[in-house]
Amino acid sequence: MAANPRLRFDDLSVGESREAVLVENLTRTQIVQYAGASGDFNPIHHDEPFAKAAGYPSVFAHGMLSMGLTGRLLTDWLGDGVLRSFGVRFVRQVWPGDTLTGRASVRSLEARAGEGLVGLELVTTNQKGEPVVTGEATASLLRRA
Amino acid sequence: MRRRDEREAPMSDAYEFPVDRTAILGFAAALGETNRIYWDEAYARATPLGVVIGSPTFAAASAHWNPWAGLRGVRQIPAPPPRPKQRAESGGEGAPRGGGSLARLLHGEQRFEYHQPMRAGMRLTVTSQPGKSWEKEGKRGGKLRFTETITEYRDERGELVVTATSVGIITEKAVEG
Repeated sequence: MAANPRLRFDDLSVGESREAVLVENLTRTQIVQYAGASGDFNPIHHDEPFAKAAGYPSVFAHGMLSMGLTGRLLTDWLGDGVLRSFGVRFVRQVWPGDTLTGRASVRSLEARAGEGLVGLELVTTNQKGEPVVTGEATASLLRRA
Repeated sequence: MRRRDEREAPMSDAYEFPVDRTAILGFAAALGETNRIYWDEAYARATPLGVVIGSPTFAAASAHWNPWAGLRGVRQIPAPPPRPKQRAESGGEGAPRGGGSLARLLHGEQRFEYHQPMRAGMRLTVTSQPGKSWEKEGKRGGKLRFTETITEYRDERGELVVTATSVGIITEKAVEG
C-alpha cells in the first residue's frame, strides 16, 4: 500500500481507527533480515541454542521490529513525513510464527493555523488477541484550504 | 535530561550517522514496506518531501555506526562509553552496567520525537545521554533494572532531526510474556 499524500486534518474524526495485518506467520528469516538492517545482533533474536540456554523456548523478534511494523500502519494511513512523535511500550514478546495486527485510533484533534495535530492511540496484537505493543503517536496534517 | 550547552565542545562520544539510501531500502525491506518513498528517487521528487526519507524507526539503524553499540555479535551487554565528565557528576548512575549476558537485556519502551524528516544524504551527528534509572520487582523476571537513554540526531547545522528515548530492562532471569 502506498502512503496517502492527500489525507487532510479535516478528513479525520475522533474515534476513527484503522486496522491492518502487519505480518503473517513471522519467519526467523525476517527477524534475521531486521537484525542485519538495524545492526542489532543480540543473539537472543537469531541464535536458537543461545535463546534456549537463556531459558526461552526459541528466538524472539526485536521489539524494534514490532515497532517498525506498527509504524507502517501510521505512514500508510497518514502519509510520509507527518509524524511528530511515536512512542511504544513492548508489553509482550513476539515469536516466530506470530501474526500481528495493528490498530491506530484517533484520540484527539487539535486545529491550528493551516495544520492540525492528530493524537493517536496504538495497539498491536498477536493472533491470540494479546497486545504486544501499545503506544501513542502524534502527526501534523495540513488542513483543507 | 541533562541539556547540552551549545557552547560546549562536541561530546567525546558523538558519532557520525550518514543517512544512506541503500540502508533506508534494506531497513524498509526488513519491515515489509511497499512504500516507494523509501527507495524511489523519482517518486520522492514528486512528493512534497522531494527526497527519499527513512521510515519512522530508521534511526535505530544508526547502531551500525555506533562504536559503542556492542550488539554486533558479541554476547555481553556493552559497557557504557567513556563519559568522564558525567561519571564525576552522577557517580556513574543511569548508565547501563557492562558485562551481563545479553539474554538478560530487554527493550522496554521506545519513543521518537520527529523535528524534521530524516532525508537520504544527510550526515547526522548522534549523541546519547543517560536518563533516569530505576528498579522494580517483576512478577516473572525477578528484579528488573530500568535504564533510560536519550539519543539526539542532529543535522550538519546542529539542528535536531530526531530525539530517541529508549528504556532498557536488565532482568535476573528469562522473562516470557
